[in-house]
Amino acid sequence: MLALLADSTIRTVALGAALLGISSGVLGCFAVLRRQSLLGDTLAHAALPGVCLGFLIAGSRDLGSIMLGALATGAAAALAVLLLTRTSRLKTDAALGIALSLFFALGVVLLTFIQGRGNSAQGGLDSFLFGQAAAMLRSDLWIMGAITAAALALVAIFWKEFKLASFDPGFAASLGLPVLALEAAMTAMVALAVVVGLQMVGVVLMTAMIIAPATAARQWTRSLGAMVVLSALFGTLAGVTGAVISAASRGLSTGPLIVLAISAIVFLSLLAAPGRGLAWAALRHWRNRRNLESQQVLATLYRMAAEHGDRRHPVELGTLDTFHGTPTRRALSRLERQGLVRPVRHEPERTPHWELTPQGLAQARRLLTDTGGDRDGEEMS
Amino acid sequence: MTAAPFVPAVADRKGAAVPDRLHEPQLALHVEDLTVSYDSKPVLWDIDIDIPPGVMAAVVGPNGAGKSTFIKSVLGLVRPTAGHVRIFGRPYGMQRRRVGYVPQRSSVDWDFPTTALDVVGMGLYGRLGWLRRPGRRERDEARHALEQVGMQDFAHRQISQLSGGQQQRVFLARALVQQADLYFLDEPMAGVDATTERAIVDILHRLRAQGKTLVVVHHDLQTVRSYFDWMVILNIRAIAQGPVSQVYTAENLRKAYGGQIALIEHESFGGSGATAQTLGGG
Repeated sequence: MLALLADSTIRTVALGAALLGISSGVLGCFAVLRRQSLLGDTLAHAALPGVCLGFLIAGSRDLGSIMLGALATGAAAALAVLLLTRTSRLKTDAALGIALSLFFALGVVLLTFIQGRGNSAQGGLDSFLFGQAAAMLRSDLWIMGAITAAALALVAIFWKEFKLASFDPGFAASLGLPVLALEAAMTAMVALAVVVGLQMVGVVLMTAMIIAPATAARQWTRSLGAMVVLSALFGTLAGVTGAVISAASRGLSTGPLIVLAISAIVFLSLLAAPGRGLAWAALRHWRNRRNLESQQVLATLYRMAAEHGDRRHPVELGTLDTFHGTPTRRALSRLERQGLVRPVRHEPERTPHWELTPQGLAQARRLLTDTGGDRDGEEMS
Repeated sequence: MTAAPFVPAVADRKGAAVPDRLHEPQLALHVEDLTVSYDSKPVLWDIDIDIPPGVMAAVVGPNGAGKSTFIKSVLGLVRPTAGHVRIFGRPYGMQRRRVGYVPQRSSVDWDFPTTALDVVGMGLYGRLGWLRRPGRRERDEARHALEQVGMQDFAHRQISQLSGGQQQRVFLARALVQQADLYFLDEPMAGVDATTERAIVDILHRLRAQGKTLVVVHHDLQTVRSYFDWMVILNIRAIAQGPVSQVYTAENLRKAYGGQIALIEHESFGGSGATAQTLGGG
């Protein structure tokens, strides 16, 4: 891998991928927390007509003008969404969908128009659809780096304002914060992240870079600061991994590889993150079920003992199995390990019997008399 | 009044500069001719509401009566179609630092990655102003507020792991650090258990004893008389307002709730008093 990074083209691509990972990782956090993931999708697709316009105006494949164009049409799309939701009965998701398809269609038409002109300078403008990392120049890194640095500075300066406007816009407004301007700034940041990723992953897959690192980071962290840092790390890791695999394989497309890498991180995070992951939820569910089973068996033993008026009344395993309609041997073993029941002989029968220990009796009484109590101390998650 | 760090909009609704002249300064809240509409349908119609300082006022009314909208338009979160609002004699933009706000608990996403202490600290952002970060002093203040609502042990707990009642107390603590003179609370007792409700009422009574004014959107008519001393009955129009002992009448409640309410004459109160039970919707 070090040998690969010694190659200057590959180094450029890897650096670009890292910049992309940092910027979209950090800026995507606010979009995801504000439940505006789809906005990233719309802004990314809406960048395509801007790319074409930038190319037409500059007359060449100059990254600066292409990025400016992408920003401009991204802003226009965001504005269109705002106007559609404010002035019509359309909900935000519908407005986002309409803006996405409209701007993307415009972009494709412009793209085919440019290609139809047979201009030799059009040099693979369609690479902005899925990205083409190999076409990246060293000078492009400076532009990407500058945009990333500017966006990060914005986040650092207005950290607490962005946080409050994302969490509780109503309260923020009551303090006198210009919530509308802050929301516009956060939308603009998503557009900036899109612009940084244009060359690397292209407009179609860019949304993944905005949503995925933040979603994965959310699984592992408990504070916004940690989430933003981890999201940037995940983004960078995926970016560099994609770039290196692409370089090692000579020919596999970089952008999609980066997206696959970040998707793998998301998958792992959704599955395994402590407390929030699916594996944890499944484990908790399984434990609860096992507990419930044990408690039911304990309650049955208690009831039968009560019926016989003998607190140490031995109950045959078969009786318990029949009563519960399922084998109870494992539940009994668990209870035995907890010291709540013990196996006994009940002469002259030769089959296994079980009775409550004094602790088991007390525990069963608690179970059957305790019906709730103070719900306030209970955790909700 | 020193200017708030977040540059206050010292302009009135129509853009005209407001002369720095007090208007009804003897009132904690003065609302005149306020009309708010969504899609040209009135949500609040031409209401006049005056609340004197030092009272704890319940804002009651059926669903859709505009109770939350009333608070939001006073705080400038909703733009009124007509009318004006004064807080201790001045527009809200000039008085932000004297006002505390507890939004409805359901208005935010409690899965946001943050702790109880951090949320309480957000109440100080207005005073901090731009660029300045909360430091140790702010953290101490936030911790003290958490103690006041009995939540000190949960300071570093994720807010998603708090129960509804605990979340509500965190919101209350955030308003406490604002150290305001006038508090607006939107349904602070909604969906909390009896213990929490009692705790919240105690805190509110303590604030009133310190001379603060409280305006509380409240959904439970049965507790109005035991908790509050002032009352505003709202149903798009302002139906009645004043001391609870005078306003809490069968006549007034029937005007606001219409058929939704069953009134039971309360013997100890004679003819003028009544307890009420909301039937559907509440």
